[in-house]
Amino acid sequence: MRYLMFVATDPENAPDSTGEGTLAIEEWVAKNDAAGTRIMGNRLRPAEDATTVRRRDGKVLVTDGPFAESREWIAGFDILECADLDEAIAIAAEHPMAAAGRLELRPFWPLEF
Amino acid sequence: MPDVHAALADVVARERLRVVASLIRVFGDWDLADDMFAEATERALRRWPVDGIPANPGAWLTTTARRRAIDVVRRRAVESGKLAEVAMQESRETGELPAITDDRLRLMFTCCHPALPLDARVALTLKVVAGLPTAAVGRAFLVSEQTISKRLQRAKQKIANAGIPYRVPTEEMLPERLDGVLTVVYLIFTEGWAGAADGALADEAIRLGRVLLELLPSSDEARALLALMLLQHARRDARTVDGSLVTLEDQDRSRWDTDAIGEALALLRAPARERGSYRIQAEIAAVHANAPHADHTDWPAIVAGYDELYRIQPSPVVALNRAVAIGMADGPHAGLAVLDELAGDPRLSGYHPLHAVRGELLARAGQPADGAIELARAAELAATEQERTQIRRRLASLQSADSE
Repeated sequence: MRYLMFVATDPENAPDSTGEGTLAIEEWVAKNDAAGTRIMGNRLRPAEDATTVRRRDGKVLVTDGPFAESREWIAGFDILECADLDEAIAIAAEHPMAAAGRLELRPFWPLEF
Repeated sequence: MPDVHAALADVVARERLRVVASLIRVFGDWDLADDMFAEATERALRRWPVDGIPANPGAWLTTTARRRAIDVVRRRAVESGKLAEVAMQESRETGELPAITDDRLRLMFTCCHPALPLDARVALTLKVVAGLPTAAVGRAFLVSEQTISKRLQRAKQKIANAGIPYRVPTEEMLPERLDGVLTVVYLIFTEGWAGAADGALADEAIRLGRVLLELLPSSDEARALLALMLLQHARRDARTVDGSLVTLEDQDRSRWDTDAIGEALALLRAPARERGSYRIQAEIAAVHANAPHADHTDWPAIVAGYDELYRIQPSPVVALNRAVAIGMADGPHAGLAVLDELAGDPRLSGYHPLHAVRGELLARAGQPADGAIELARAAELAATEQERTQIRRRLASLQSADSE
């Protein structure tokens, strides 16, 4: 199974400053790259640098900012390749942002052409 | 010819979970597993009166359900042109179904996976593990069969789409996940307890607790949960008289189920490495069960139990129960002092037992008028008519004692 993991801030809960159970980001990336469970991933520029694109009545509308205004922002992403959700949960739980923010696992929904 | 219906009902009660759990593992299709098991039982009703009841009825149901499932899967594969899958089904046909015990455990962990919403975990456990009809699951949630059926479908879709595995969690995840399963079982127990007079769900929860302990005999908390449920359920016949609630101290203890209490106490005698919240709650319930009369209750032991419980589970409800125990062990003033510390907790705002407890303690402290005010407030806040009646009765007895 492939999952897109959103790495996000968590405005509602104070970060766990101990970071217990998590790895440093370099270690986390190295470990999962080596295990083949991380396909790719990266940090993302903040919401101010986002651009939203829509097409309405045939016209392309480009607006500044993200599509949802919220205090939470997506700081990065990783694409994971896992046997199942429990493996993805175990990997996510070691990411430093699991303690400092939160992670959302979204399974891929492959398009069949 | 022995009674086919009785024999079938018996084997379904004993074997359904095993058969369905192994079909789900082999075919990965929850609805198919359920449907094919139902078909196999229908077939048994037609065949057994003619052919006789098979020597091993459980194996007969397994084989019949599996053959039917293979037919269905093969037909689907042919219809969708996926002939490669037909070949895969052939291999399933020849293989035996090993690891049956594990399958039941797999199924329970999957139904209680934390990635599912809590009500879906409860509904799936009732439907798939306990084998309740969909309409009965709907009644437990006070929704229609159609509504619950949609929720169950949604939960099964999430299991497939999100990749929720069909297996017992790894060692690191096990304590937390087991806790999740125990939570669901106890939730089923307490819903049944507050909701229905027939205690049907409490019986289901106890059955689930037994299966879980059978599958995980070394789990202290699974053992303790079963003991706790047995001890609470032992009081079911004494809990209401003519439809009115009777408090623990006023219950006719001769109506307590001594077999259930004996079984629970035996479970608690097994040495425990882990003292979790179910263990401590069961020990507290056992102190009550061991008192032949409310006056003989070992309240200091109960206070010690709540002290320990509060350390691992610092919830306001535990704190309130601790205050009641202190009020019994050290007198009403001591109980009131503890309550004063709790009064500001916003989580207890509008919680009627807080006022009921304060009312009782004030009455016992020689302030019946103040106690009556608190009880009246508790009656206003109580959610059910049964609770209101119980509080008003207590209020009336307080006021008549006061005027004497």
